Amino acid sequence: MAPSTHRAPASDADPAAADSAPAATAPRPGRRAALRHPLVRHGLWAVAALAAVAALTAATGPVTDLRVANVGLHLLAVAGLQFLVGTSGQVSLGHGAFMFVGSYAMALLVVNVPAMPLAAGMAAACAAGCLAGLVVGAATARLHGPYLAGATLMLAVGLPAIALRFPDLLGGANGLAFATIGAPPFLAGAVDDTQWRAIVVWTVALIGLVVLATASAGRLGRHLRALRDDAAAASLSGVPVGRARVTAFVISAGAGSLAGACQAYVLGTATPSTYGLSLSLVLLAALVLGGLGSLWGAFWAALAIVYVEVAGTELAHALDLSTDVRNNLPVVFFGAVLITVVLAWPRGVHGALSALGRHRSTPLKTGDSR
Amino acid sequence: MEHFANLTLNGLATGAVYAALALSLVLIYQATRVLNFAQPAFALVSAYVAYAVTAATGSYWAGFAAALATGALLGAGTERFLVRPLRNASPLSPIIATLGLLMVLQGAVGMVWGNEPLSFAYPLDYRGRFSPADAFALVSVLLVAFGLFALYRFTPAGLRMRAAAIRPEAARLSGVRVGVVLASAWALASAIGALAGMLAAPPFLAPNAFDLIFVFAIAAAVAGGLENPFGAVAGGLAVGVLLSYVTGYAGPELTALAALAVLLTVLALKPDGLFSRAAARKV
Amino acid sequence: MRTDPIRAARPLAAASLALALLAAGCTGAGQTGEGAAADLDVSTGVTDDTVTIGAHMPLTGPAAPGYSQISVGAQAVYDFVNANGGVHGRSIEYLAEDDAYDPTRTVEVTRELVHNDEIFAMVGGLGTPTHSKVVDFLNTEGVPDLFPSSGALMWNDPEKYPLTYGYQVDYTKESKILGEHISEEFADADVGYLMQNDDVGVDSQRGLDMYLQDQAVAVEHYESGAEDVSAQIANLEQEGAEVVVCACIPNYVALALLESARIGYEPQFVTSSIGGDTVTLRGLLSSFAEQAGSGGDPDDFLDGLMTLGYLPPVEMDDGDPWVEFFRGVYDEYGEDAPMSNTTVYGMVQAVLFVQALEAAGEDPTRASLIEALESQEGSGPGLVPFASTEDDRGGFSGGFITRYEAGEGLEMVRDPAVTDNAEGDVEDVEVDRPLPEDIGPLSQG
Repeated sequence: MAPSTHRAPASDADPAAADSAPAATAPRPGRRAALRHPLVRHGLWAVAALAAVAALTAATGPVTDLRVANVGLHLLAVAGLQFLVGTSGQVSLGHGAFMFVGSYAMALLVVNVPAMPLAAGMAAACAAGCLAGLVVGAATARLHGPYLAGATLMLAVGLPAIALRFPDLLGGANGLAFATIGAPPFLAGAVDDTQWRAIVVWTVALIGLVVLATASAGRLGRHLRALRDDAAAASLSGVPVGRARVTAFVISAGAGSLAGACQAYVLGTATPSTYGLSLSLVLLAALVLGGLGSLWGAFWAALAIVYVEVAGTELAHALDLSTDVRNNLPVVFFGAVLITVVLAWPRGVHGALSALGRHRSTPLKTGDSR
Repeated sequence: MEHFANLTLNGLATGAVYAALALSLVLIYQATRVLNFAQPAFALVSAYVAYAVTAATGSYWAGFAAALATGALLGAGTERFLVRPLRNASPLSPIIATLGLLMVLQGAVGMVWGNEPLSFAYPLDYRGRFSPADAFALVSVLLVAFGLFALYRFTPAGLRMRAAAIRPEAARLSGVRVGVVLASAWALASAIGALAGMLAAPPFLAPNAFDLIFVFAIAAAVAGGLENPFGAVAGGLAVGVLLSYVTGYAGPELTALAALAVLLTVLALKPDGLFSRAAARKV
Repeated sequence: MRTDPIRAARPLAAASLALALLAAGCTGAGQTGEGAAADLDVSTGVTDDTVTIGAHMPLTGPAAPGYSQISVGAQAVYDFVNANGGVHGRSIEYLAEDDAYDPTRTVEVTRELVHNDEIFAMVGGLGTPTHSKVVDFLNTEGVPDLFPSSGALMWNDPEKYPLTYGYQVDYTKESKILGEHISEEFADADVGYLMQNDDVGVDSQRGLDMYLQDQAVAVEHYESGAEDVSAQIANLEQEGAEVVVCACIPNYVALALLESARIGYEPQFVTSSIGGDTVTLRGLLSSFAEQAGSGGDPDDFLDGLMTLGYLPPVEMDDGDPWVEFFRGVYDEYGEDAPMSNTTVYGMVQAVLFVQALEAAGEDPTRASLIEALESQEGSGPGLVPFASTEDDRGGFSGGFITRYEAGEGLEMVRDPAVTDNAEGDVEDVEVDRPLPEDIGPLSQG
């Protein structure tokens, strides 16, 4: 077997699942042609999702708002990883490094150019991430399977060390702390700062998702899936292998760095220790847990990243345990959830849910020749 | 010059640890095509068990034996109950399952022994520029590497392992009990991982003590070539020496960056690692 | 008070949201308006029978080793106080939340503590990289931010952080005292520094350089999380350092001592307050004593080690009333691990809070807590003055230096002194310490 072909589950063939941005409302059966254009369809989904987030944050307190923002930015990060791993089949363990790039780009702009518009800061952070993705993608274009995984793992650990090398500019191990703008004055009283930040994060995340979903549904997506399933055949039928792979890396890194920029914006901090080994591993683990091949998988992944941790902590507090057991319970809980889901639902939460939805038990096409 | 020699010797001693862990990763990869993220956790649990056994019996070597046994048991158990059920799932699934196992085991170690570091003895006298303990690390890893070479090359067991890894169906037809063979490969590899843990644990053992070592071991395994146990050993020693030079001459904050730069350079020149035997296994 | 912008008028709300997003997208990302000062005349977190306080600290992850004893110590004191009637009849609920030393998590758990758990005050938030990311938030929300567990200089900034009160002697002050002592006692020696590669190292080096600029021959750094300092020790030996000053946590002091013993390098080791706890060091070094040669006692490594302190050291067996009190409390409410100076660090934090809470009156508000703290004089259990006034929130303002004698314990080689973190001199000081029984909630036991 060829280790390079990391095939996503069969759900990828289901365009409705592959393209839909997570939202709380069901699609209307629109018949007009314009609605069938992927960009328009995804855009409508995104607007609906944003409205749902705005309504949700209006009904909840600041702690939930912060978690909602966290779900949003992790959704964007995992969706970027989904594009790389699920669509193009390149397994990266270094996605956290791109979040590091975006976070520090945003932080540096806020600290040094406070008058820079937020939108421009996000765009600049995204551009910086794309550039990093281009470099990394080009450097690793010839690598397959575990070699790519190993190189990107080293990237996740190595890149944040740059902050330690340039302490005057990047704040060293302490990182950077700064204040970011909250809700605009004319919304004072109606929308508080945390709620506002959550809405901004989701706006950015949903724009990112629309781009990812559209790219995935278009020609690039088809090329990448062909490449993932059989590189030789794809190459013979005219897919530009190298360029497609690097493009996937660039887009994925752009999404990751945008997520990092959102994190910096929400929390007002950028520190190297946030972007360590465990973040990159958790992102990939959560993606597999959520389900490879669909943006819904990224949504479940983001929920898991934020809420499994919360559940573990609450479980630890609820039980009367010794200090050592209590402290370590959340991480054990996360690991146990991960193992259980992978064993019970090899195609992740999304795979399990869509199998349930279809009410039929077609055997999985795994494509693994072992 | 003396400084250079010291840095080299320090690097070889730490490189032996990377080499042992890289070796265990490569053996498991060869057998089942899984990058085992739980390997550092196996090493960790083994070292903690050794700590407990040594404290109870007063003998370092009783602890050492217990560690190897623990590693082997964890490896075989993981293959049987976590990896084998996932053999038909997507190739990422078993990797993520071992990642979950890493979290569970690391947390469990913290639950049982706490998160504070423990004082962990060296097997032999640690004093000297190249101490008996350093020599023990280097020699034991080299012995293991040669032992493996002999096992794979000259014994029927080695032949069965290779057959089960490369052509499981054919091997099964010719009477090889593939399941037993793969579980034994995991057991053997994880016992070597436990050896790495015993070498890495001194002087202080804490639940996260092996995180960075694991990253460098993966870098070593990938740079050396995942198909080649000797590549893993050479890669491990090279990474150890390189990081020692970087720390000594440039600054400790640069070690991870330097490892990244070297790894990317190596892989740019040889995408399957330095010691890969052509692209024979590519399908 | 929240209104639902969606339900009110959907199309209008959608349009205004879009406009607002557009407008905000064009406003400077770093421009923030000055918020109104928070109301301090509140008693959030205080009920008829409880006072809830919180802290963030690394309980798991690579940075956890070394710190767990702080919350254990603080919890033991609170348990003791609660078992003996509490403070004005209220028991203290202490929530120590895990942030794994990741500032992202610190921000999250701090907001949970403030908004969900509604803590009265933050007491002992741990770490510079972590706490520096929530100090703005706490001050804006009007949450008293007492005694962060860090020696960074930034906590002492009443203009910027009116509700923050420091605790630990700052890294520069303590290094000045160490630097002065070394420059007098080892005037001809070459000095090397071994520094943690963050603000601990930077601030410490600044203080040391004021006195040792001409003697310093090497500055080495380690990254927290690294497992090995052999290259750094090799460099120090190479440069011929005869005195090595460590601004390191105990793990790295122990590594440095062990590595030096390994290569037969025997400089005079001097550590700052964060690294010199010999109880912890003895524990870390206990497995190597037999191989170290004579005696088989970890004291062989520690003989001659000089350390700066400001709290009563547990090793000093001179019947210090506070150490005896803490031992009693720890025996009853502590855990299995031996009581160390790190434990005492957390216990003194708790005592200072209990003292302030009692002085804040029968019905404490955040304002009365602050007032009580600012009018408090003296040192608490510490051996140097404690600054928590309107203008100076530096916490412990100096220290003393001890020398560890194998088998004998600690010997004071520099009496308590105070200084500032600028050009000021190092001056001797004497304090009038209260006894445990002088503090109401501690006296009933």
